[in-house]
Amino acid sequence: MLQAEAVTVRIGDRALLLEVDVAIRPGEVLGILGPNGAGKSTLLRCLSGARKPSSGQVTLDGVPIKKIPPRVLACRRAVLSQHVDLRFPFTAREVVELGRAPHRGRGARALAVQALKRVDALHLAEQHWPSLSGGERQRIQLARALVQIEDTGSSEPRYLLLDEPTASLDLRHQHSTLALARRLAGEGLGVGVILHDLNLAMRYTDQLLLIRQGEPIAQGATDEVLDAERIEQTFSLPVQILPHPTGGRMVAALTDPKGT
Amino acid sequence: MSIQPRERRRILLAVLAVAVVVCSIAGLAIGAVNTTPSVVLAVMASWLGEPLPEEISPQVAAVLTIIRAPRVLLGLLIGAGLSVSGALMQGLFRNPLADPGLIGVSSGAALAAACVIVLGGSGLSPLALPLAAFCGGALVTLLVMRLARRGGRISIETMLLAGIAVNAIAGAGTGILVTLSDDAQLRSLTFWTLGSLGGATWPILIGVAPLILVPLLLSPWLAGSLNALLLGEEEAHHLGVNVERLKLGVVLMAALIVGASVAFSGVIGFVGLVVPHLIRLMAGPDHRIVLPGSALLGAALLVGADLVSRTVIAPAELPIGVVTTLLGGPFFLGLLARKRWM
Repeated sequence: MLQAEAVTVRIGDRALLLEVDVAIRPGEVLGILGPNGAGKSTLLRCLSGARKPSSGQVTLDGVPIKKIPPRVLACRRAVLSQHVDLRFPFTAREVVELGRAPHRGRGARALAVQALKRVDALHLAEQHWPSLSGGERQRIQLARALVQIEDTGSSEPRYLLLDEPTASLDLRHQHSTLALARRLAGEGLGVGVILHDLNLAMRYTDQLLLIRQGEPIAQGATDEVLDAERIEQTFSLPVQILPHPTGGRMVAALTDPKGT
Repeated sequence: MSIQPRERRRILLAVLAVAVVVCSIAGLAIGAVNTTPSVVLAVMASWLGEPLPEEISPQVAAVLTIIRAPRVLLGLLIGAGLSVSGALMQGLFRNPLADPGLIGVSSGAALAAACVIVLGGSGLSPLALPLAAFCGGALVTLLVMRLARRGGRISIETMLLAGIAVNAIAGAGTGILVTLSDDAQLRSLTFWTLGSLGGATWPILIGVAPLILVPLLLSPWLAGSLNALLLGEEEAHHLGVNVERLKLGVVLMAALIVGASVAFSGVIGFVGLVVPHLIRLMAGPDHRIVLPGSALLGAALLVGADLVSRTVIAPAELPIGVVTTLLGGPFFLGLLARKRWM
């Protein structure tokens, strides 16, 4: 279990996160939702170990994450960041193979091909990074995160943290990416994912954390947490929950299209 | 895709290794006393204990052994060293335009050398100048690193800015000393800032070799971490790289190599900037090929440049920094005109 315990992050006297408790369990997809500036990315960075909380702690199976050596940690959890600023002309395949760095490159080539297939980007393998579109880059980075925690030579549970993985993706790839996250959870991974699309969150997450201004609004099983009242409380926008044509539910924003 | 990338890399390294051998033999054979490659090979065999054939005069053998061999070896070391430091710096700054001089080591060494030349001290010992230059380079590098340190982390952006400012200040200091210098001092100062392998002797070579060889041989171990760093510091951390240790290691290795090179051969420009570029152009940005490839190409190029510098206006010598800059400058502009790997 990857767990944040009373995590608080302050910059000066501004609290980016205030006493957040959340856990990502193996086999589950946890969605993190909230308006811009709510502290979602900060929380994910704390969970990944990239940022030390001002107070509180993050533990991986009970061990404080700051005590785990970087390479050991890298074999247990992978991160897809929102932006990766790469200025060198690696091919897409080379970028994916970088994900094997914690394993000293073991099995890089075969795993990279597999992962590129899983994110529907095998045809991009020999393209140079600067020539790829935003959505293509995001899928390549996802493939890199996948190979990082595959074939780790250990049966300990692994975790995947995704910061807005669907942000630059077209509709089909938004769904295929989250369907992949679900399948990975089915294989035993714990997945934490920041999303903006409530309908994607309804369809693909098991657990939800709603935060606003660094403070948790609600937390629990997706079906129980996502109701019209809490969504309005979190996003300051009235919504209505409707039945989805293929089962389940969907969210419709109750705005006036004419903007009055 | 007829040739696999991995095979392509092996072929490239093999071709570069051949180039190193060819340039070294040419560097030994050509000069005021011209000989042939077969004579060079016979003399090299004599170093290993083979008897020297009678048709080769002992004077020729002595020129090759005492004068040219240390010069060629110093050229190989410094060429490889400067190129690898350039590759390391470009990886650290995640910028293909970075240069080993960015961390202040060259300007610090130049300032210290100017102090020794102008304020006296070069008469004390032939080692006074290189020692002062090495210490000057090391001190300025440490200063830049200190300035870039915030709460236990080295900020690369701050290091870049601090490096620019400290370089400028050291340059101004050198400028003051230049103003104070007399004609003879100015001449030796100018020559020193343009670089030369002319001072190479066996004792100097033996002194400088470990300072360059040790970081050079350690550099391939950083290749994987530097590749990860190209994605950004946070991504490298996610990939299990100890980023702070990597940054410290890279700066220290580059400072050691460049400090030792500058101390004994002056400032030789453009090698560290252009050579890694060329390798990236031929084989992509993977440090597992960029580091060894740069070492080989840099070694071959610098020995070749030295050959040009001592033959083109013989018996006078053109400073080697002028040769590398005249070759490297236009070439670099050519690179800028193309955009693919920028």
